[in-house]
Order: sequence, then structure tokens, then C-alpha cells
Amino acid sequence: MAGNSLPPVNLTDNGRPVLLPNEIECFFLSGVDLLCEDEPNSWFPHLKSGLLILTTHRLLWLPDTAVASSSSASAVHLSSISHIFPNKKSLKSVFASRRIRFQVSPETGSRSVVVTVVVRGKGDFDAFVAKFWENWRGRAWEESEKVASSSSNAVAGAGSASSGSGIYSSDGTVRMVGVSGILRKEQEMWESTDKSLQDAFQDLNALMSKAKEMVMLAEKMRLKLLSGSNSQTNTTNDEEMGSKEEMQELLLSVGIISPVTKESAGALYHQQLSRQLADFVKVPLERSGGIINLIDIYCLFNRARGTELISPDDLLQACSLWEKFDVPIVLRKFDSGVMVIQNKSHSDEEVFTKIKALVMKPDALRAGISPSDAARTLGVAPAMAKEHLLSAESKGILCRDVSPDGFRFYINLFPEIDRDDVYLVKDQGIYPSWVRAIPALG
Amino acid sequence: MQKLGEFKLPHFFNYPPYFTLQPVRDTREKQIQLWKELILDYCKIQKLFVIALEEEFPLFTNTVTERSLTNEAREAFLSALVSEGRAEWMDKGHRKCLILWHRIQDWADILLQFAKDNGLEDGVVTIEEIRFGTESQGTELHGIDRTILNRALKLLEQKGKLVVFKGTSTDDEGIKFSV
Repeated sequence: MAGNSLPPVNLTDNGRPVLLPNEIECFFLSGVDLLCEDEPNSWFPHLKSGLLILTTHRLLWLPDTAVASSSSASAVHLSSISHIFPNKKSLKSVFASRRIRFQVSPETGSRSVVVTVVVRGKGDFDAFVAKFWENWRGRAWEESEKVASSSSNAVAGAGSASSGSGIYSSDGTVRMVGVSGILRKEQEMWESTDKSLQDAFQDLNALMSKAKEMVMLAEKMRLKLLSGSNSQTNTTNDEEMGSKEEMQELLLSVGIISPVTKESAGALYHQQLSRQLADFVKVPLERSGGIINLIDIYCLFNRARGTELISPDDLLQACSLWEKFDVPIVLRKFDSGVMVIQNKSHSDEEVFTKIKALVMKPDALRAGISPSDAARTLGVAPAMAKEHLLSAESKGILCRDVSPDGFRFYINLFPEIDRDDVYLVKDQGIYPSWVRAIPALG
Repeated sequence: MQKLGEFKLPHFFNYPPYFTLQPVRDTREKQIQLWKELILDYCKIQKLFVIALEEEFPLFTNTVTERSLTNEAREAFLSALVSEGRAEWMDKGHRKCLILWHRIQDWADILLQFAKDNGLEDGVVTIEEIRFGTESQGTELHGIDRTILNRALKLLEQKGKLVVFKGTSTDDEGIKFSV
């Protein structure tokens, strides 16, 4: 019987092997013999029918707990393996148990021997062999040593953390094994990614800290405003109030929430909203030729706000407040029910003049105009142009022509026709101009 | 100048909005006025006495401008004529309209004038002769609508200017004037 010079494997109370730092279990095989057939063999024991655990660092052999065994748990460190023999498939190997051989040297200095791993139990032998090769080549213990040596310097004298049982390994790090080990590897990867991201976001953090300062400043101003508005004592505070209003407006325009909430000061909220809206409306109004549909403003305004959306009701209220302020825009409702925002300077007369001019052109005399034609001339949206045409119609300037060709408008000839002499066409005027423009009447 | 049969069409007949019932009150009033005149004049020239809404009426369509009056418009204009006493609905459903381009009173006057012109002050004449006889040729009475004639006769009968008597058949109906 050979001696047992293999390093032992410490077991926990539950029979689990205590692993080395960073050691991860990779493969389990049951019913495994480890034996050395060399002669002489002074040091490698004959280990029969045990549990073989392949780790990143070692081959662990544990005796089968169900079977009384004289052998104890032993380990073969992968570093002590000098060679793994390729698996030769022969006729013999088909019928016999699967086995693999490797050459191993002891720590003590005795001669190296060839050890055979005989696998009698079930298990994916080929996978085991592949992993065995991988781990042996991987030399994971060398990295562990590096880590261990560097961290042990830092942890020198940090206490006698037992290298045995417990979740803390000797260098103070939490020992993770098996699946946890894999998870830990993932964790490390994430941490390194995180670090690089952090570097990238340095500027953003700086920005954020500035923003925090801004918010604090705004907060201070807010408190000041609130305390000021609460103590509305005398009218000599008018100047103060003025600048306070300015401050409020500034805050609003920067996009910071208005100091007063809707609940606490309903009217003030609408006032502020009203002013803000008046400012906002300027650009879209210009772009749409001085008149714009209220629904369009509702969409544009809310889109610009992003959050803190206003309800249609708020919008209406805000618009109706314009009468009280000196703003150059008004809300207007057409007969058809369409509501628009237009410049105060907007003159219906001007529009009508333009329409009249358009509709007296020879083409228009012959075929009339459509809302799109008017839209082009007036520089407004077709829907708006139609409203203008309808109000010109109601003023008696135009007449409508409804046909399968569509909805068109003509200059109103009816007033020009003499009811007592329907054949009469004077020399001057709209009627004769019209008659001249129509080829069929020529 | 465009014509529809014998009728001279005014220029505004080719004005497309003329064929769309106008919504604006003042404009619509003028439009209705013009249509009333047009209908009466047309019917007078063409000697038409009845307009059936469901049938094609040449005046209500302009083939040049490709516009046609909607039923709503036709009814609106004819109703305006009825309100003015220049037309009458012949049925409750307003599908047929009797056009009085001469009022009944005017027709009565024309009849009396006809009687005078033809020395019939105490004479007798058949309906048929009035409507299609040689004496009436060239006068407005020629081809007059039966309904209208009867109404005029009735009016004159009430005034005692004549007596209507029936013959052996409808064609033999006659009038004895007593102007």
C-alpha cells in the first residue's frame, strides 16, 4: 500500500470541500478511482470509488460518504501535473470504463508517477476531459497567487481570518464558489464598464452639480418671493412687486416651475400663463401669416412645454385674460365656431381688400377661387383662408358656388344686376368686367 | 346672346353662383327675386303653365356652366312664387306647380277683351274654340292651360260676366258671355 503524500482537502461540517481563494468548481464525476499503476509507488494513494471534483486549481477526490472508506479527501494540484496523456480510443476502451492518465509529481520530491482516472459512474466524460485540459492549461492558480501576494501586503496584520471555513477568504475578500464565482466574474466585468462610463460622465456630473446650485438659487429666490408676496403691505412696494414679477417671469422662461402653484393662487397662475402664452405665440403667429388656429397653438405650446402640460380650459382662460393686459393679440371666434388667435393689428378690411383684388382677376372671374387659392395669396393656412372667405361672403363681397367641382367663391354680382331690366349691363362696373371675362357671353 | 328655345337668357344665367342657393340673407333675397322673374318670363315666352319638380325643366340646368339647381333650390324659388301669388302648388307634396305668369284676374281680363274683340259680348263660344280656335290664334289665350282657363271662367262667372254650360261632352263645354 502506497503512502499518501497528497495534500488533504479540508471539508466543511457538511462535507463540502473548502476551496482555495478564487478557486471555482467546474466538474463533478462520481464513482471515480484514482490509482497509480507504476512500480514502485511510494506516495500516490489508491483512491477508490469517490467523488471527483475538477476545479480551476485542483482535482479533488472525496470519499463516497455512503461507503466506509479508509481513504480521506485528497487533492491533486493541477500545477503538479506535468503531462496529460491524450485519450487513445481502442477496442479495449469501448468496453472498459473510461479513463484518462496524467503524470504528476509530488511536492516532496519523489519520483513523478502516472495516475489513471477511472470513471465508473455516469457523467459526460468527454466534457470532463475537455475541461480538464482547459483548466490545466489555464493555470488559474498563477493569477490567484498574484492577487494573493498583492492583497496580502495590504491586508498584512489585518487579522487572522481563517483560511478554512467561512465565507471570507484569507485576504479579506468574500469567497465565491461555483455559480457565485461565475456571477462574480460578471460583476467584475460590470464594475470595470461602470468605471469607464463614470469617466465619460465626469462632465455631466459637473453639469449636474452646477444645476444643483442653480436649483438651490432658484429655491432661495422662490422663498424670497413667497415671503414678499405674503406681506403685501403698502403700495410703495410697487417697485418691489414689479421686479418680483420680473423674477417670476424669468424663472418661468428658464423653465423652472412657477413659485406659485395653481391651487394656491389660481388667478396668478393664469396670469402668468397668459403672459407666457402671449410670448410664445409670437413666432408661430408670424409664420402663419398673422392668424392661427387655436387648436394649433394648443398643440405647439404643449409640445414646447414638454411636461407641465396645460389643459384646453387653461388655454382658453389664458387667452381671455389678454383683454386685461396690453398684449398685441386677441382670441377671435368665427361664425362657424372656429377659434383663432390673431394680431390686434390684423385688419379684416385689409384681408377683404386682398380677397376682392384676387377675385376680380380674369381667371377668378371665370372660375372663382378656392380656399387654397386664397391661402396662397393671403399667406395663411387653407383652413384660415376659408374662414376669411366665409366672412367675406357674409359681408356680401363674395358668393359661393357649390358643385361637383368643389366649393368655390366668386365676386358677388347680385347687387349689380338690375332687377327691372335683367338684360341691362352698364359700361362700367363689376358686372361688365365679369361679362367681358366670360368667353361664352362674348 | 344665349337662348333657351325662344327665350333670351340674361348674362347672369352663366354666373355659377346663380345656381347655388346662397346662404347670406341679402344675397339670397336678390337671387330669389331674379329667379322668380326668370321663371315667369321663361314660362310666358314658352307658354308653359306647369312645372313638375321631378321632371327635367330646361331653365333649371345650364349646360354651358354645367350647373343645375338642387331640389332644395327649386322648391325654394317656386315657393317664393307661390307666396307672391304668381304660382300655385297643385298637390300637397309640392311636386307640381301651376305657374301664373298672368294672374287669374289678368286672364279674366284677357278673356273679356277677347270677347269684345270678337264681338262675343252676348255670344256663345266653346272652350275648345277659345283654346285652339282660329280667333284665339296669335293671342295669349291660344293654348291656355285648362286649369287656368277654368279658374278664370269661374272668376268671371262669379262676377256675372258669363255663364258656363256643359255640353254633351267636355269638348262641347261652352260659354255664354253677358258682358
